[in-house]
Amino acid sequence: MDSFLKKTEKAAPRGKKEDVAEKPLLPWVEKYRPKTVDDVACQGNVIAVLKSCLQGQDLPNLLFYGPPGTGKTSSILALTRQIFGPDIYRDRVLELNASDERGIQVIREKVKRFAQFSVSDVTPSGKHCPPFKVVILDEADSMTRAAQAALRRTMESESKTTRFCLICNYVSSIIEPITSRCAKFRFQPLTNEMQKERLISISQSENVQIDPAAMDMLINCSEGDLRRAINCLQSASLLRVGESSVTVGDIFEVCRIVDPELVAQFFSTCKKGKHELLENLVLKVERNAYSAYQLMIQLHDQLVSSEEIDNQTKSRILYKLAMCERRILEGSDEALQLMDFGTVAISLLRE
Amino acid sequence: MAFWVDKHRPKDLAKLDYHKEMAARLKQLVAAGDFPHLLIYGPSGAGKRTRIQCTLQELYGPGAAKLRLDRSSFEAPSGKKLEINLICSNYHIIMTPSDVGIYDRVVVQEVIKNMAQTQPLESHAQKRFKVIVLLEVDKLTREAQHALRRTMEKYSSVCRLILCCQSISKVIPPVQSRCLPIRVAAPSNEEIAVILQQVAKKEDNPITEHDAMTIAEKTGGNLRRAVLALETFCVHKNNVSIDKAPLEPDWELFVKETASVILLEQSPNALMEVRGRLYELLAHCIPPTLILKRLYFHLLHSCDASIKRAVTEAVGDCDYNLSVGSKAIFHLEAFVARFMSIYKRFLEGALGDFN
Repeated sequence: MDSFLKKTEKAAPRGKKEDVAEKPLLPWVEKYRPKTVDDVACQGNVIAVLKSCLQGQDLPNLLFYGPPGTGKTSSILALTRQIFGPDIYRDRVLELNASDERGIQVIREKVKRFAQFSVSDVTPSGKHCPPFKVVILDEADSMTRAAQAALRRTMESESKTTRFCLICNYVSSIIEPITSRCAKFRFQPLTNEMQKERLISISQSENVQIDPAAMDMLINCSEGDLRRAINCLQSASLLRVGESSVTVGDIFEVCRIVDPELVAQFFSTCKKGKHELLENLVLKVERNAYSAYQLMIQLHDQLVSSEEIDNQTKSRILYKLAMCERRILEGSDEALQLMDFGTVAISLLRE
Repeated sequence: MAFWVDKHRPKDLAKLDYHKEMAARLKQLVAAGDFPHLLIYGPSGAGKRTRIQCTLQELYGPGAAKLRLDRSSFEAPSGKKLEINLICSNYHIIMTPSDVGIYDRVVVQEVIKNMAQTQPLESHAQKRFKVIVLLEVDKLTREAQHALRRTMEKYSSVCRLILCCQSISKVIPPVQSRCLPIRVAAPSNEEIAVILQQVAKKEDNPITEHDAMTIAEKTGGNLRRAVLALETFCVHKNNVSIDKAPLEPDWELFVKETASVILLEQSPNALMEVRGRLYELLAHCIPPTLILKRLYFHLLHSCDASIKRAVTEAVGDCDYNLSVGSKAIFHLEAFVARFMSIYKRFLEGALGDFN
């Protein structure tokens, strides 16, 4: 994050020299990332504890967990920036994204070497700061068990000089010895009102007009994931022709939502009981490049909320839906799995 | 002499034949300067690579069309040597990382890092980034997609990615969320028919609207196959009518005949013959999933509605086993055996009722 900002700052003067009015691309999710702990939205309990850590100058090992896009990484970055300030941030904070550096070698080499250096409690500019370093392990779910086990001893032996912060989506994927050494903080999904407030603020800053219906659709599609919502808003603004407003159709396109008419058509086709109609519909989905996985999510939502189908039939259809969804995620052909699900739905829904 | 399918491919965003609104959006995207990572997805033959090529032309000018073929070597962590073909211009690289199998992570990271270390030529006049086009991204392993996600963030100031795939379900959500999705749906039959008539006219070989529509319907929304079929038809046009022209590739006809063999007799001897035919198809590098899919649809059209559920469940099972197993012939033959069992039991049941 910090090095990314520095790169873009260096790029800007070069742009001016070359007389090219071209701004380097900075995603809005980074541009509008909270800079201080106070700015993090909607996680009151977590923020209160972090602020008291700021005051007390003592910090336990941290474990942030919760759904994606709820401010976990932003919180720890803001906290460490406030503790250390920009001058010594690079020296004091090691940030590892575990999704591509998650083997046991990384723990043995990078983390242990970083943790073993001692630090003073005064910055070069004379300001007082805590005498420890911070290691941030983002996406810790992806760490192998061996790497997590190797981390245990390091957390114990270097506890005087180093604090660890693990960030993950599911606390169950972290081994018990590590979770017992950390203070756990759960990040809740963001509320729709809070998301709307943030999105409106961003769209005003970027001079993007967005229809109210499109805004509501965007919030529904992102399901509490503010990162996804901001990314989709930026994508939708790029796809506009001229300076027109962002419409519901644009949101459908960038969120990769299947046309709701097609979803409704799927079940009405199953009720008619004709396999030829189902085949035509599946081929239509394939020709339009809709994601079968996304279609299944929407079919699931429609099935659960439907009142015309009794619960016994729903349970059998949902069982088949779960099986086909798993197969699609493991690489099976989408059309065949949709046909498989559809024929079962036909036999159960046929009038 | 070039194939018509390459000869008449549009080379400019303004000359695209369909999805014109999307072309206008891509044009504006290039003009805006903030070119994001793109994820272009759609079925086969819908025009994804044409749109990528036109976008690169819009970005970099005619130099983007001067391509050369590089053969690069990489070393896997285990010491194994990997070689892959890269199609390069001065401004971009096109590659298919899944060609190297499970070592695609190494290739993806190394190519992007090497690209990021060199600034583009004439950088004062053109964009300050280069483009890497990754084809068949849905066939990358999960490790490679995770590595891609990290790498595309790290070098995004000097290097932009255009990812191209058919099925977006198999691309992990972190990669999807870092790209601008561009959905390229297959053209409609009417649009294909118009394009076919234009191509035929340019080649001094005009065809009727009925003929064009027939070709469009037979090829199922795949414009590449439609233009190839058009060229085939025009070669034979004076001898045969549209109904008898060979518009389908050889392997399609072979699969259809295989389905007929399965329906004709259900016995171990017939299964043995079908196995030989399946081996023939696999030996000619037809993807196993495609064989299973075409075979299933042919068989489905010929069996009674009462057994369609059982047949479809069988194909669902076998398709899943194909994707997690490694010997395709096992699972294809298992599907044929299951179908024969279901079908024969149905026939005997009907015969019993008759008695």
